Amino acid sequence: MSGKPNFQIPLEPERYELTASPVYRFEVDRREFFKFLGAGILIVGVLNNAHAFQESGAGKRPDESLPKEIGAWLHIGENGAVTVYTGKVEVGQNIRTSLSQCVAEELHVPVSKIQMVMGDTQLTPFDMGTFGSRTTPTMSPQLRKVAAAARDLLIGLAATEWQTDRKRLVAADGKVTDPETKRSVEYAVLAKGQRLTQTVSEEAPLIPATQWTVQGQSSPKVDGREFVTGKHRYPSDQKLPEMLHGKILRPGSFGATLVSIDAHEAQQIPGVTVVHDGNFVGVVAPTAEIAARAVSAIRTEWKAEPQPSNKELFEYLKKNATEGKDPTGDASRYEAGSVEKALASADRRLQQTYTVSYIAHAPLEPRAALAQWSGDNLTVWTGTQRPFGVRSELAEAFRIPEERVRVLMPDTGSGYGGKHTGEAAIEAARLARAAMRPVKLVWTREEEFTWAYFRPAGVIEVSSGVRDDGTIAAWEFHNYNSGASGIRTYYDITNQRIEFHPARSPLRQGSYRALAATANHFARESFMDELAHLVNMDPLDFRLKNLKNERLRAVFEAAAKKFGWGRAKAAGRGFGMGGGFEKSGNVATCAEVAVDQKSGEVKVVRVVTAFECGAIVNPDNLRNQIEGSNIMGLGGALFEAIEFENGRVLNGRFSRYRVPRFSDIPVLETVLLDRKDIPSAGAGECPMVGLAPAIGNAIFAAKGVRLRSLPLVPNGLQAG
Amino acid sequence: MAQVTKLNVNGTLRTIDADADTSLLSVLRDHLDLTGSKYGCGEGQCGACTVLIDGSPRRSCITLVGAVGQKQITTIEGLAQGDRLHPLQEAFLEEAAMQCAYCTSGMIMTAVSLLRANPNPSAADISHSMEGNICRCGTHPRIVAAIQKAAKALNHSMKESGQ
Repeated sequence: MSGKPNFQIPLEPERYELTASPVYRFEVDRREFFKFLGAGILIVGVLNNAHAFQESGAGKRPDESLPKEIGAWLHIGENGAVTVYTGKVEVGQNIRTSLSQCVAEELHVPVSKIQMVMGDTQLTPFDMGTFGSRTTPTMSPQLRKVAAAARDLLIGLAATEWQTDRKRLVAADGKVTDPETKRSVEYAVLAKGQRLTQTVSEEAPLIPATQWTVQGQSSPKVDGREFVTGKHRYPSDQKLPEMLHGKILRPGSFGATLVSIDAHEAQQIPGVTVVHDGNFVGVVAPTAEIAARAVSAIRTEWKAEPQPSNKELFEYLKKNATEGKDPTGDASRYEAGSVEKALASADRRLQQTYTVSYIAHAPLEPRAALAQWSGDNLTVWTGTQRPFGVRSELAEAFRIPEERVRVLMPDTGSGYGGKHTGEAAIEAARLARAAMRPVKLVWTREEEFTWAYFRPAGVIEVSSGVRDDGTIAAWEFHNYNSGASGIRTYYDITNQRIEFHPARSPLRQGSYRALAATANHFARESFMDELAHLVNMDPLDFRLKNLKNERLRAVFEAAAKKFGWGRAKAAGRGFGMGGGFEKSGNVATCAEVAVDQKSGEVKVVRVVTAFECGAIVNPDNLRNQIEGSNIMGLGGALFEAIEFENGRVLNGRFSRYRVPRFSDIPVLETVLLDRKDIPSAGAGECPMVGLAPAIGNAIFAAKGVRLRSLPLVPNGLQAG
Repeated sequence: MAQVTKLNVNGTLRTIDADADTSLLSVLRDHLDLTGSKYGCGEGQCGACTVLIDGSPRRSCITLVGAVGQKQITTIEGLAQGDRLHPLQEAFLEEAAMQCAYCTSGMIMTAVSLLRANPNPSAADISHSMEGNICRCGTHPRIVAAIQKAAKALNHSMKESGQ
């Protein structure tokens, strides 16, 4: 790249969830397909349903007629190999396994025979990204339809071959069998020499959940052996011949601009190339160590404006509230009845303010990318939840068409909503362009803590009026900055006003597992506990009195029963509950805390979670997700908070930012409610939203201290 | 700067060419292509880079290769015997003690040394010994269960072989 200063890293100051509509639409060239897949049978799944279509990311305007869009495709090779192509990605939520189960079920082949090609922008259909708990409700049905169509096609081929009625043939274990004649033929034989394609666009009949044999069962991680032997190659493990290592020189603070640079000394180090392009300064070197040495040899001067610190954060957010909509597209204001009248006539009134801090995702694998140019064609291996989004970012950054960019996403060391963007990919590609060699860039932990984005902080104000019989008469709820996800109340309240107020955020913020539902549930469910005490009702009874939704009632009742709600508690112990509805899942959480009389240390000793997300696809993996949600949620509930001052993060390393460790883990018990009559929903996010209020309410029950800020006890309770 | 030219890794004497002050983790990953040991923090806080040096768990990200000398290094790649997985690897699979699994190799290596020192650890012993290993996905209870399962399997096979 010779033109100098027109390259900039696109930073996104605010990003709650990504909803941008890409212009690109994948065109399937079937001849091309068979060229790289080999002969056999190809089934193309077309999305013709508006909801699934939205997930695929194109055409959001309702007045626009929806063109057909590819969701996934499946190939059966001449050797019988089943390969499924989807733009979804694996970040530890185990969808590689659960999607394989869906295909295995409908196609009647063992899970082990299915290969999933995921998140490769050249090989897989366009997909908006893996977030919002959307894979199970949208990609699973698509793959099931595609697999069911493949099965029907294979049966048809066998019927033609045997000149028999297809209705008497059955598919099982990778074969089509005629039960009367006992004849059978393997899928591989049927696929031999074929170049058959079929498009699935109609509602194909699927096996109902009550008749599942593969889904609904706990299936182990399909490639688990690769992980326990260290063989799996994560993005940061990728290598290419001739590869060099990159490192970026970071500004001294957020938003700083480069005033001067002296790279003379760094350039003298053998093998080092310094790349300076606007505010972008990076080096390429034969090893990561030399790259680090070279960066520290560069002298720079930066200019920056004064910026707020976490100490004045909440005043800042309230003062800097802006008019506008939540980027998720959630309605930012909701009103019913008359809050004022209902408040005036209520027997009791209460008003409280809650806050949540910025927290970091801290995925154990930091951002990493390996970039390779071949002429004007760019290939990048990187860890991201949005490979197609990162492709767009790369195309934009380098001003090349998207067709010239390929992004591959090897199964990654987690994301939690924190890897939607392509910073490392762009940086590695910029360095590779200068070095004219492949370049790998792995962010340090400090970089990941500082230059990624954070879960939004927020201020939430709630006021309400209740009648003495426990009926909530009025409900007013204002969320500043943290987001609109989960902002609506599921309690039946006639008079309500609910509003989300976006604000100028001092830190770069974005998606985080469950988005703002964690903050909104924390405020709502803590406040419910306060209201219950105000009218002297048991918190469970108070909730049920104001709640009609049967699914939510069922989880509250199930959690309370398993937990033993209402039993006597020991001194220094407290019980609390919280729950709600998010991403089509219903959760109720009961927590028991122990507060050390001397030190004030708060320990969560037991958590019972009741969860219902429709028909369960993989019970053990669902339990794993629920346990993981609770453990991750424990950090944000108890002690995680980003400290910052004047554009710098002050605690951006694991020695200064406490995440849950083994000794923090409570006894976790899970109650699964399997609703086979309801379509399966995702479960990576919802289970965490009840935890923080359950803990806060339990602390109140133990010590009579009401905590209204997340994290609740970064330094324990005051002793006594 | 002093160079290190030999390293005992997984029972094999490997030839390398690294500055003595290079981290052992970099040498394993970049020079020897043993990428099973992971970078997670660079300050010995997360345990993802854990390897055994003469049987003791060490954070390879803060261990300089020059300090290793001729000691025996075992990484996750050296744990299985041919196709036969180590009982801990088996147990992690059986208990589904992983999600993204980026922490898994460090967890397993730490647990190998724990079980050598304490063949019958209680849940509290395990929790205490594993405190330095971070799992962000929250699979801790499963990891504890897997280690207990592996302990049983190891004790059983020791009895079988009369040790």
